[in-house]
Amino acid sequence: MASSQKTPVDISAAMVVEPVALADWLVIAPLVLCMSLGSLLLMVRKDTRLQPYIAIPSLVALVAINAALLAHVILSGPVTMTMGRWLPPFGISFTVDILGAVLNLTAAIAALAGGIYGAGDVNKSGRRYGFYPFLLLMMAGVSGAFLTGDVFNLYVWFEVLLIASFGLLVLGSERKQIDGATKYAFLNLVATTLFLIATGYLYGIFGTLNMADIALKAPELRDKAPLITLLSLFLLAFGMKAAAFPAHFWLPASYHTPRVVVSALFAGLLTKVGVYALMRVALVLFPAERDALGWVIAVIAAATMIFGAMGALAQTDFRRLLGYLVISGIGIMFAGIALASPGGVTGTIFYAVHSMIVMTALYLVSGLAARAAGGFSIATSSGIYSSHLFLAALTLVLFFAVSGLPPFSGFWPKVILVKASLDVGAWWLAGAILLSGFLTTIAVGRVWVLSYWRPAKTQGKAAPVHLNPMIDYAPVVGLTVLVVLLGVFPQQMLELSQTGSEQVLNPIDYIRSVFPQEAQQ
Amino acid sequence: MEGPMILLVGVFFAVAIYLFLSKHIIRILLGAAILSNAVNLLIFTSGRLTREVPPILGTNGAAEGALTANPLPQALILTAIVIAFSFFAFLLVLAYRAYQELETDDTDEMRAAEPKEQNVPPLGY
Repeated sequence: MASSQKTPVDISAAMVVEPVALADWLVIAPLVLCMSLGSLLLMVRKDTRLQPYIAIPSLVALVAINAALLAHVILSGPVTMTMGRWLPPFGISFTVDILGAVLNLTAAIAALAGGIYGAGDVNKSGRRYGFYPFLLLMMAGVSGAFLTGDVFNLYVWFEVLLIASFGLLVLGSERKQIDGATKYAFLNLVATTLFLIATGYLYGIFGTLNMADIALKAPELRDKAPLITLLSLFLLAFGMKAAAFPAHFWLPASYHTPRVVVSALFAGLLTKVGVYALMRVALVLFPAERDALGWVIAVIAAATMIFGAMGALAQTDFRRLLGYLVISGIGIMFAGIALASPGGVTGTIFYAVHSMIVMTALYLVSGLAARAAGGFSIATSSGIYSSHLFLAALTLVLFFAVSGLPPFSGFWPKVILVKASLDVGAWWLAGAILLSGFLTTIAVGRVWVLSYWRPAKTQGKAAPVHLNPMIDYAPVVGLTVLVVLLGVFPQQMLELSQTGSEQVLNPIDYIRSVFPQEAQQ
Repeated sequence: MEGPMILLVGVFFAVAIYLFLSKHIIRILLGAAILSNAVNLLIFTSGRLTREVPPILGTNGAAEGALTANPLPQALILTAIVIAFSFFAFLLVLAYRAYQELETDDTDEMRAAEPKEQNVPPLGY
């Protein structure tokens, strides 16, 4: 019976023996925070007054943790933490490089803005049905997706954020919401199922799910295994999640139906997770296969940005218009993935950060504008400029930013992407970026002229709607300040994106952080 | 054993896609259920199907039997089954609510969020 104790086993060959450095715990701190406080909020979900007082400080803490994580990654390169002490690739690794850390921080900032705005926008019954718990659980999914270094784990985080987003989407149970949620739920389920199929094949081919391990093994298997087919499956799955052109129909069907703050969070966070996942898989895991599919991604990118902007032109509803602008932005991010040059990827990272901030802010502004002018339709709303001058000024800054006009944050990434396209002779891709910017300018310019500049139809009858400076204006002002700072002082963000793109295009540091002994090359 | 399973997976996928092409939400729902099972079977089969050979290395470092089933895909589909099941439960409720609220299960008629009469944006003041 006691025979198993005869030979002492040396576990250092299979297990992590050194204790994890204190700073490395930061890698999973965002998840621990979001999940534990999300559960706490679930317990107190009937106490609707208390919830914001727990949720908003925890989102502030999330921003702080993510900022610390980004600083840690900048100082010491990609960081890995492996669960359960099993050495990778057997234990599930969380690996963070600059790309993941930057997007993670931006997502937390957008979520904080949403959390504050939600204190005013989500009523008692919305809170009772769990706005704040869902928000934190969705953030757990989003952070997990940005931080994980394992493909199946990425799938699980996708599902976590998806199920939380279902909860947020149907928060009011109105007719429109149920209709939008049905389409959103079914099409996203198909997308994640495609992702799961691709993951199954991936494991069948490689026998591993660790991203760094796959990046190491891909060169040997390139001649034997159908890797281009595999990447096409991933492209379809992530393109669907990111709402890229032929598979984008779920987004305009659903994003204008939930509460304003929920639309804002979705627009800021969810589609970008799809873009991030595609970057990770296409650029880090399968760079050679991505080169073969580069022109496909480029065509998708151009079609997405043009059709997105054209869709925006055709809308009368402010929020539906913004939904199409989200799609157009996805096209611009795809352009960088299609180019896969240092400039292209730099532009994509910068644009993703810009898009997260500016789309969240624009949806929040659309809610304020609807409250000020009595509806989302640009045909009937009017006179915001004369009644709410400050709101109009904020909106104008965001409109400039989303169109890519200087001196705001949308300008620099577009310049980089246009230059990167011209460098490889893809003049049509550069033209598509410029054309989509032009169409976007017209679309948002029309909103400005009709809803803001047009004299109010009901003059002097009612006092202007009061907007609370703390919970209505503060999040929008905060995001707008970021937009201005990124536009006026882009140097830091540019350098960060450049380092991020170097790490993505030459993932030797990423691999070395998971497998320290694999220092060859 | 793998051959018939592969055919079965193919049939499952074909049925799921056929059901997805329907206009009626209840058929799409059934399609979703079958699709998730198709994927689970796919991953299960890809991990090799053998019986009664434990996936444990002997003392000499070699496996006991010649071919053992890979246990990891089985662990993966355990996760996937749970997720698919919870999604299916949610979709079932959502579809029923949609039927109650919109009074139809025909997706062509579900136009509450995107009404048919698209107003063209105004061209002037």
